[in-house]
Amino acid sequence: MIVTHGLSKKFGSVLAVDGIDLDVRAGDRYGFLGPNGSGKTTTVRVLLGLIFATSGTAEVMGQPVPRGLKSALPQIGALIEGPAAYPHLSGRANLELIDSSAPGGSRGTRRTRIDAALEQVGLASAGRKPTKAYSLGMRQRLGLAAALLRQPQLLVLDEPTNGLDPQGIREVRDLLITMNAAGTTLFVSSHLLAEVKQMCMRVGILDRGRLVLQDELETLRAPTGRVVLRTPDVAAAVTLLDGRVEQREGDRLVVAGLAPEDLVARLVGGGLRVHEVVAERPTLEEVVLSVTGAGSDRVDSARGQAGPDSGSGPGVAP
Amino acid sequence: MIRVEIRKLMRRPRTWISIFLLCLLPAIVAILLRVTHLGPRPGEGPAFLSAVLANGALFPAAALGIVLPLFLPVAVAVIAGDAVAGEASAGTLRYLLARPVGRTRLLVAKLASVLVFLLLSVSAVAVTAYFVGTGLFGSEPVATSLSGEPLSTSEVIRRTALVVLYIAWSMIGVASVALLLSTITDSSLGAALGALAVLVLSQVLVTLDAAGAVKPYLPTRYWLSWVDLFRDPILWSDIERGVLVQGVYVVVLLGVAWANFMTKDVTS
Repeated sequence: MIVTHGLSKKFGSVLAVDGIDLDVRAGDRYGFLGPNGSGKTTTVRVLLGLIFATSGTAEVMGQPVPRGLKSALPQIGALIEGPAAYPHLSGRANLELIDSSAPGGSRGTRRTRIDAALEQVGLASAGRKPTKAYSLGMRQRLGLAAALLRQPQLLVLDEPTNGLDPQGIREVRDLLITMNAAGTTLFVSSHLLAEVKQMCMRVGILDRGRLVLQDELETLRAPTGRVVLRTPDVAAAVTLLDGRVEQREGDRLVVAGLAPEDLVARLVGGGLRVHEVVAERPTLEEVVLSVTGAGSDRVDSARGQAGPDSGSGPGVAP
Repeated sequence: MIRVEIRKLMRRPRTWISIFLLCLLPAIVAILLRVTHLGPRPGEGPAFLSAVLANGALFPAAALGIVLPLFLPVAVAVIAGDAVAGEASAGTLRYLLARPVGRTRLLVAKLASVLVFLLLSVSAVAVTAYFVGTGLFGSEPVATSLSGEPLSTSEVIRRTALVVLYIAWSMIGVASVALLLSTITDSSLGAALGALAVLVLSQVLVTLDAAGAVKPYLPTRYWLSWVDLFRDPILWSDIERGVLVQGVYVVVLLGVAWANFMTKDVTS
């Protein structure tokens, strides 16, 4: 769906995007991760023809960018750096204007398509209020509705859950996953690790304009081979496991060199109580930090905004 | 797309407020004239005002003369300056282009909606001024041209219509400057003020003898030539030059605006 080769964009002397090779396949739920200022939005804008690349090539839905975008864009729904609407008009009037401004949206189905889009994003009853009276979350929903107006085959969404409350985030996530199941490819750019972790199957990680990693989330989070053990009999366990314990932290031990099933057998055989045994997997945050370099200020700020990946970040479903 | 832009224009309260204000200003002048009966002496003040005291049917032309030097250009600069920059600062420009609306199409549609605003506002001023003028001063079946020859009512209407077209066309230069700046900056205020700065500069140079060499090419040089449409016979030479000068400005400025917009990175 999206393929780029050595895509670069220079603003003056600043290299905002530095030779990235994206590969988003049809049907993907692709998470485009990176701290603020790492070039995510610039990349999205290049893919949509708003910004012209300095070098490299890009293809979107099989069409070269920007020349072939005329035929590709009608099948793409986009949310670029936050929603935008004419403030004095209602949400419905905004959708009518945006739909009628470009060819492709048939006038006969416009009303039903607008109704359906508003319904999908949960704005059905607020469609008549002027958008200047909308809350941040409602604006975000309206922006999504505009992206969904023409049943797109590809959704390019920049921070799709920005400004939504936890419930709204969940609704939107469910909606996007449902659409993906029905065949829509998702390209979600975000600095929120929690969001990407829960929505995406593949991730690309951008750091200072370079694509430092692109892989299946499942592969990235493959078990490390170590096992996390919780037991009330910590001291006895350490003795029993004899040198295989790599970390000890209260009642939590990290054990290397033993499969979980063997570990349990050995502990139970030794008469120890086991509270919890889990194969260790790196968190997405650890993956991101390992490739983006933990010393950088930018990663630190992204980490602060993303919240702890392990649980209490915004929008994490219980 | 042109229809969509015109719909946007029509649904903006600002459009109607500026047209209302444009119509109000001549009405205020008319009321003051009616109350005081103090017309400007010939050769002073806006053209035609003294003649209006005798014949209200001439007031539309006089009203256009009142709004032409300042108020109309300000309104046009604001509307045209907002055309692209307004979309950019509202963030809607990126969504229009990604829909996709072709950049050329968008620019043409913006220009068309500015033209519609021009014709609408100039006609509105003429029509309201006709009613205000005839209501306050009455109308004579026969008016007098600036050359002293009589003009029939239908002739007055025909010539007023020509004035409407000429003044609307005169404003196209301002509109083009504002539209060009609008494609360069993301601030509609900046674009409007830039266009007005060009205008003021031109107005200053027109009165300056030292600028004699460039005078014939200044965008405001022939603005006041609309008065010639009320001479008998009509003095076409300056009108023709005015139309031509504006035409050149339109072609050149819009050409630059188009070239700039086509290759511009839209980062708003």
